[in-house]
Amino acid sequence: MTAPRASSWAFHEEDSAKIHGVLHAFLRDASARTALLVDRAGQMLVTVGEPPAFDPTAFASLTAADFSANDQLARLLGEPEFGALFHQGERESLYLADIARRVILVVLFDNRTTLGLVKLRMKHAVPELTTIFTAMFDRDAGTTTRVDAEFVDDAEDELDKLFGS
Amino acid sequence: MSLINYASREINCKIVYYGPGLGGKTTNLEYVYEKVAPSSKGKLISLATETERTLFFDFLPVDLGTIRGFRTRFHLYTVPGQVYYNASRKLILKGVDGVVFVADSQIDRMEANLEAMQNLYDNMAQHGYDLTTMPFVIQYNKRDLPNAAAVADLDAALNPGWAVTDPARQKPTPDPNRPGEYLVREVDGTWVERVPTYEAVAVKGDGVFDTLKAVSKQVLKTLG
Repeated sequence: MTAPRASSWAFHEEDSAKIHGVLHAFLRDASARTALLVDRAGQMLVTVGEPPAFDPTAFASLTAADFSANDQLARLLGEPEFGALFHQGERESLYLADIARRVILVVLFDNRTTLGLVKLRMKHAVPELTTIFTAMFDRDAGTTTRVDAEFVDDAEDELDKLFGS
Repeated sequence: MSLINYASREINCKIVYYGPGLGGKTTNLEYVYEKVAPSSKGKLISLATETERTLFFDFLPVDLGTIRGFRTRFHLYTVPGQVYYNASRKLILKGVDGVVFVADSQIDRMEANLEAMQNLYDNMAQHGYDLTTMPFVIQYNKRDLPNAAAVADLDAALNPGWAVTDPARQKPTPDPNRPGEYLVREVDGTWVERVPTYEAVAVKGDGVFDTLKAVSKQVLKTLG
């Protein structure tokens, strides 16, 4: 039962730098507050802009579920996907867009901007991010990311401490 | 799929609790939430119906702390037990690193167990995942009930094993939980592997951490 699956993927600092550049420019142009990238399995990748006041881990898990559920709704309608979702609040709103079918861009904005401006600026940001992520996935395809053996030993020790040995 | 984020120095792994309705999946998570130190856990999120049946999923992040410079977390999810929520069940399996099947030991739930197990294999296959080569454990829950089936009967139904084709792994492997028994053994000339199993009474917490620790360790091994 220890046979590994070559499925883990890595998000490197150079990837992060490129993505931060795109998202900073987007936030400035759209006057939005925060941009987050979440993978489809529910893990937070990047947060740019004003630090969110909410629990980012919970937020990422719910975002992925939200997007996946809406994907299925789209299919029921005969649509290949809903490429973007909008959730309107009284003070704050969310706009979510698919990136390369693996990642979700979430934009948090308030009444300092408009939905129209956010959508307009997303039209530039989404293809740029799609290009970056597609190149990243192509680069990592077929390679297996590993941590060193000491990491596994130390993590097992922590598990014993946390869950009882 | 586990994500190694070198930019934020984080490793996240996803574990899904699967099984028939009312088998104790949410109870497992609730016990973990109750017992783990506040500094090591995030919010327990339940998307449930008004009758507290899981509608979409429960979610609990457990933080192992910073290990060799990486903040390491396990994201624990449950799926809804009822078959008519299959679309939700399948979605939650996306990117899974390890699976716990929580079986209800009661004799009259055997059919529901079998149906859920078949459904797990089907949904994993549709994602392109092979359950026989990834971290997977079975928990036999509700061992305290008078109508609980014998473990041997549960094994025969839910954990008959699969053929081991890799010659390097064709060797007797003792079952650490069940002295004198084997996880990998030769049966009539064929090498067969079965899944590690844990007996539990999740409402009392018995076996909950043993199960979680076992699947978590298997997941860690796949990273190294």
